[in-house]
Amino acid sequence: MNSALRLIGRRAISSIPVLLIVVIGTFFLLELAPGDAVDAYLVSIGGGDAALTEQLRAQYGLDQSPLSRLWLYVTALLRFDLGWSVGFNRPISELILERLPNTFYLMGSATALSFVLGTALGIVSGARIGSLRDRLLSIGSLALYAVPSFWLGLVLSVVFAVQLRWFPTSGIETIASGKEGLDRVLDIARHLVLPVSALAMIYLALFLRVMRAGMAEIWRQDFVRAASAKGISRSRIVLRHVARNALLPVVTMLGLQAASILGGSVVIESVFAIPGFGRLAQEAVALRDAPLLMGIIVVSALLVILVNMLVDLVYAFLDPRVGASEASR
Amino acid sequence: MTLISRRSLLQGIGLLLASTALPSFAFAQDLPQGGRLVVAADSEPRNLNPAMVASNGVFFVASKVIEPLAEADASAEDGLAPRLAVAWEGSSDGLSATFRLREGVTWHDGTPFTSADVAFSALEVWKPLQNLGRIVLANLEAVETPNELTAIFRFSKPTPFQLIRNALPVVTSVLPKHLYEGTDINANPHNAELVGTGPFKFAEYKPGEYYRLVRNEAYWGEGQPHLDEIIYRVLPDRAAAASALEAEEIHLAAFSAVPLADLARIAQVPGIKVISEGYEGLTYQLVVEINHRREELSNVDVRRAIAHAIDKQYVVDTIFLGYATAAAGLFPQNAPEFFNPEVPQYDFDVAKANELLDAAGYPRGENGVRFSLKLLPAPYFNETRQFGDYLRQALAEIGIDAQLVNNDSAAHQKAVYTDHDFDLAIAPPVFRNDPAISTTILVRSGAPEGTSFSNQGGYANAELDALIDQAAETVDTEERTQLYNELQVRVAEDLPLINVAEWGFITVARDTVINVGNNPRWAVSNWADVALQQ
Repeated sequence: MNSALRLIGRRAISSIPVLLIVVIGTFFLLELAPGDAVDAYLVSIGGGDAALTEQLRAQYGLDQSPLSRLWLYVTALLRFDLGWSVGFNRPISELILERLPNTFYLMGSATALSFVLGTALGIVSGARIGSLRDRLLSIGSLALYAVPSFWLGLVLSVVFAVQLRWFPTSGIETIASGKEGLDRVLDIARHLVLPVSALAMIYLALFLRVMRAGMAEIWRQDFVRAASAKGISRSRIVLRHVARNALLPVVTMLGLQAASILGGSVVIESVFAIPGFGRLAQEAVALRDAPLLMGIIVVSALLVILVNMLVDLVYAFLDPRVGASEASR
Repeated sequence: MTLISRRSLLQGIGLLLASTALPSFAFAQDLPQGGRLVVAADSEPRNLNPAMVASNGVFFVASKVIEPLAEADASAEDGLAPRLAVAWEGSSDGLSATFRLREGVTWHDGTPFTSADVAFSALEVWKPLQNLGRIVLANLEAVETPNELTAIFRFSKPTPFQLIRNALPVVTSVLPKHLYEGTDINANPHNAELVGTGPFKFAEYKPGEYYRLVRNEAYWGEGQPHLDEIIYRVLPDRAAAASALEAEEIHLAAFSAVPLADLARIAQVPGIKVISEGYEGLTYQLVVEINHRREELSNVDVRRAIAHAIDKQYVVDTIFLGYATAAAGLFPQNAPEFFNPEVPQYDFDVAKANELLDAAGYPRGENGVRFSLKLLPAPYFNETRQFGDYLRQALAEIGIDAQLVNNDSAAHQKAVYTDHDFDLAIAPPVFRNDPAISTTILVRSGAPEGTSFSNQGGYANAELDALIDQAAETVDTEERTQLYNELQVRVAEDLPLINVAEWGFITVARDTVINVGNNPRWAVSNWADVALQQ
């Protein structure tokens, strides 16, 4: 336990320079792009005269030099102040906190579903490498993986929402329904079925492939042959010896998966009109809202650091050697 | 001089006509009452206050809550139907305009509406803060309120009443003085939680999900509104809007939220109508902007050659799938008050274009290219981008090599309107009922650097400038219209820019929605007469 705490402490300290690099890097990358939030705003309101433009730039500090803006931003960040969104005219922390839960529901369910299903199918596939079952699953998963997520989302929506009307086409819950408690939970769940399926089907292939590859590797190890020589039943060998050891790389995948929360959900959140974190990022880019985009990137960097910390802890639990070496370094 | 001038007589008749009741009252009793109308919204404006931000995105929601003095109406005198004003009149010297206001109107919080609200809005909001009001009301000096139902606008210079009248629907959304006075208007919470006099009250906004408006029981329009609720559901993805319509989750998608390419298919779905009426007062123009600082382009024959190289009908048929009209001049044909059909036209004629370029001294080089240009299509619409691809090919036919530069909207804005880093640009300006509101600035020289959607090509023509300035102060409507007719001819001759097409948007609605598209600014009007078949 002590080593786990040490691991967390060390990670927390090392994440500070990482965050700073992310902030400064993002700031200068955004600086390179021509145009700013006021330009984007003028487009959305159909223009204004030069005085209005100047007044807006002054109001949002966009008339100051890049360095002084960066300084202001970083010092505010140190006070845990994410600043004010030019595009939405609201505090950034409020915007992010409002959108995060929806993305958590979406990505959490999709990741859990694809992890469980993908690993299970990976075991089925890896139990008999080269069998017909294995080959069918491999082809099927590759085909799913090759499909773009927005297309899969649209197809699911056309079939199950427009034609069959089993599920709603879009949104996170029935608008202005006044539902509360369990009714509301069920309502949200119903809205999540299609987007979660679209996302999970694509990630499922990843978990399946990694699990299967891990098992193929372990079948060749001596201890598996020894186990089968001892006359242990095949199903026990598959689950206890092979699958369990093949699980480690899949857990690593799970950690990496967390990093793709943003990327994966942008498209699906847009297709299914879910007001989530990914769509906020997309809107921030469209509105050229640099502080908002930086806030989003800082928060996602924090999330990735956090999830990886968790993954390391799980790793240490699954394989004590890893934890010991990490903690003593 | 006791003779009554013809003008004041006409104005008197105008007053009489304007004060008669709305014709739609006759049908009010037959329309179904109640119901929740759900419509698609593709954007969430950061400031929803139409008195500060005059844009279609803002009006779409806000026009149901906050009303202007008058609204566009094709069948009414001067194309205007009364709203908060029941009658209006301009003085013959152009130095004042008088508005008689509606009696018995209350704000959504119960406070009575008076001329003080109009005076406050005009002086503290429209003139100093609004993007369009800053131009139209530049010479507004004072607003007198002799009684609670009269507002008299005083101008420092003669201001044509025709312009003021044409600007009423877009510029004059009235704000409640008692909620804004003495506050920082830019930061007032009511810029989001609107309080108005309109048929619907602002109820709720859930960011990323919806806006909800509810029926104003105390609305002045008799028997109006017919709906209990309007919900604007935020659907940023166009395919999602089409699916939601088909699945009967929404009733209506305005502003071409359903892409043109999907219209033919969705029109076949039972229960769905495709409606192109209701945008006549919001005509968008497809325009090729020209940077006159570039030597080749400062030659009028080169500009004429480019105009001859563009097959407008092909653009209308292929890019707009027929939902547009080939342009015939600086002002759209949807503005009959100003459109002049007697102007030079440039037919599609590649041979003539080549001749003009040869004669202008730009022969083809060895590779068949005369010169290269940087072409920046505005990214705001699919159609502007597609026209960029088309124009590149059309120019190749006449030996001009166009390099396409595709930017996002912020970068495009900066490249064209601040840095002037372009040779040709493709823009979609909007004609807002009067040339002086947002059209003459496209060709007038001398706008300050960084003025967006203006003459960013550096075109300067003293004769045109003089015409524009004269029209801006000409009080006589006929004379002023004449000046604009002449302006249109001059522009067609000298081509400071090339008008290619004009288009309005498309509404797709369930056929249970009644009274869709029945006025020229329907999508941004108050929807008091919209009803839902139960």
